[in-house]
Amino acid sequence: MQVTALDIPAQIRTYITHNLLFGDESLIYSDEDSFLERGIVDSLGVIELVTFLEAQFGISVADHELIPENFDSVKNLAEYVARKLETATLVEAPRSSFDLGEAYAGP
Amino acid sequence: MLVHDFLINSAARLPDKVALVCDGHRMTYRDLDLMTNRLARALVEHGVGRGDRVAIFMPNSVEAVVGIFAALKAGGVFVVINHTTKQDKLTAILNNCRAAALIADAQIRDVHLSALLHDAPSLKVGVLCNQGAAARITHPRFIDFDAVQAQYDAAPLPRVTIDLDLACLIYTSGSTGEPKGVMSDHSNVVFASESIITYVQNVEDDVVINMLPLSFDYGLYQLLMTFRFGGRLVLERSFAYPAAILRRIEEERVTGFPGVPTIYALLLQMDLSRYDLSSIRYLTNTAAALPPSHVLELRRTFHWARLYSMYGLTETKRTLYLPPEEVERRPGSVGIAIPGTEVWIEDEQGNRLGPGEAGELVVRGRHVMRGYWEAPEATAQRFRPGPLPGERVCYTGDLFRMDADGFLYFVGRKDDIIKSRGEKVAPKEVENVIYELPGVVAVAVVGVPDPILGQAIKAFVVAKNADLTEMQVLAHCRSRLEDFMVPRYVEFRDELPVNTSGKIARRELTQALNADRST
Repeated sequence: MQVTALDIPAQIRTYITHNLLFGDESLIYSDEDSFLERGIVDSLGVIELVTFLEAQFGISVADHELIPENFDSVKNLAEYVARKLETATLVEAPRSSFDLGEAYAGP
Repeated sequence: MLVHDFLINSAARLPDKVALVCDGHRMTYRDLDLMTNRLARALVEHGVGRGDRVAIFMPNSVEAVVGIFAALKAGGVFVVINHTTKQDKLTAILNNCRAAALIADAQIRDVHLSALLHDAPSLKVGVLCNQGAAARITHPRFIDFDAVQAQYDAAPLPRVTIDLDLACLIYTSGSTGEPKGVMSDHSNVVFASESIITYVQNVEDDVVINMLPLSFDYGLYQLLMTFRFGGRLVLERSFAYPAAILRRIEEERVTGFPGVPTIYALLLQMDLSRYDLSSIRYLTNTAAALPPSHVLELRRTFHWARLYSMYGLTETKRTLYLPPEEVERRPGSVGIAIPGTEVWIEDEQGNRLGPGEAGELVVRGRHVMRGYWEAPEATAQRFRPGPLPGERVCYTGDLFRMDADGFLYFVGRKDDIIKSRGEKVAPKEVENVIYELPGVVAVAVVGVPDPILGQAIKAFVVAKNADLTEMQVLAHCRSRLEDFMVPRYVEFRDELPVNTSGKIARRELTQALNADRST
């Protein structure tokens, strides 16, 4: 799956609208708005976001990364995902000739 | 002693001690004593009198803490309302208690504060907190929290309250779906907090972290008790970012950790080895039962700390606690009556039951609250005459059994109330909201077992309108209900089972769900 840094905020917003706001598009919020303060994401919504990020971007969210600096706005989340993808690419680099899906197919 | 004496006495004894750590602020007892005096004066000047209700509609914050004690110092009764409550229910609660004042966060989504002044005519004044410079609400009946702090005198007000006066109303869900305000007088709160402090063995050096909302009595009492014993409260908005909470525990050397099963379930999934949690002296659980496996795992993980399994209901604050030394022997028990109180188990005919028999738990003590605000029928059902003239005991509506040593085990509820994330959810309240959708013919809301939530909310819906989608149902619920009441699952059915009196048989649906799971 090809992900460009530009797509990330849009994908996050789409997920939030459909899965956390259940399609309610009337809520206007900026990329900097705090999810918790604006009531966009509640405490369990954060756990759902983790599941989404892991599935959508193929990243793995460590427990200690569950902090507002990484998660509490579209901007923070997008930057966090971009950083994770960057490190993932560096780690994966030696086996770049493999298909990513195949590399993950092992036990 | 009055509830606001918790703050006044600690401020006299420990004026320079940091009492509250919240949102980057470190407030001393003196700071808070003076801030509450200023706000109390503003409330009185705007017409709040003895016994008047002061509603506080905010997430956990310094302003919410100041609001609680300012309401009491003004002679009033504080009512903390969950900050995810939506406009209609907020208006209904304000009208139910005829609030004279509302202290609110101006940033709260989905709520039009100006409309409240019109829709809740009892409001004499609104105190707005956290107003951005740009979008200030200007209205003669709104005042600004920061302006009050800048302009008002910090000298204490004369004392007008006695300990038989009400201190707070705590709204809770009842089986009818109408929220009810549990009335606590000062003496109830003073007694209950003292009893809990006694068995938790709190000392002045304790640093308690609270991530539960102050609208929830378990969260509220962390504040009240900590201020009473002169400790320090680290007030967090929620447990949404567990790693941030763990980091805060390290930074502040937290000694007391009050949690609910959902928090513990999340905690036990994490790698805790990278945090220094050695400062924790005790952990408490209530609101819903911890699975015995989690009790034992918590014991192992925090082997240096005391673990308290507890049980209570808002109507008596706390009812039972298991002494920590009993935890490994009886991990499924929630213990014995809290100090200075007694409990027993009764059958339907009012006979006291012995070990091994299941019946309703009845509670006697000064923590039995004063009833439901202006709801005499509901009050008479829950609070019934006790052994002595003029005394009332609380019928909990919860079924318990006792072992041979007198330790109590929760069996189930007599009504259909769901416990999700430790919060009470009345199926009827959720059903009423779903019925508002066009084409909905029948709805039944039930709780289904969930490893994190305790119970997850599931709605069965029969709709004439074939276009109605799960998303529409959920979006509507989200716009009308507090976060914890929004269903997790929606299932459309052609019909729902009914019982002989023609009512929807919710219990039959629950049993079918449980049977599915056990196969």
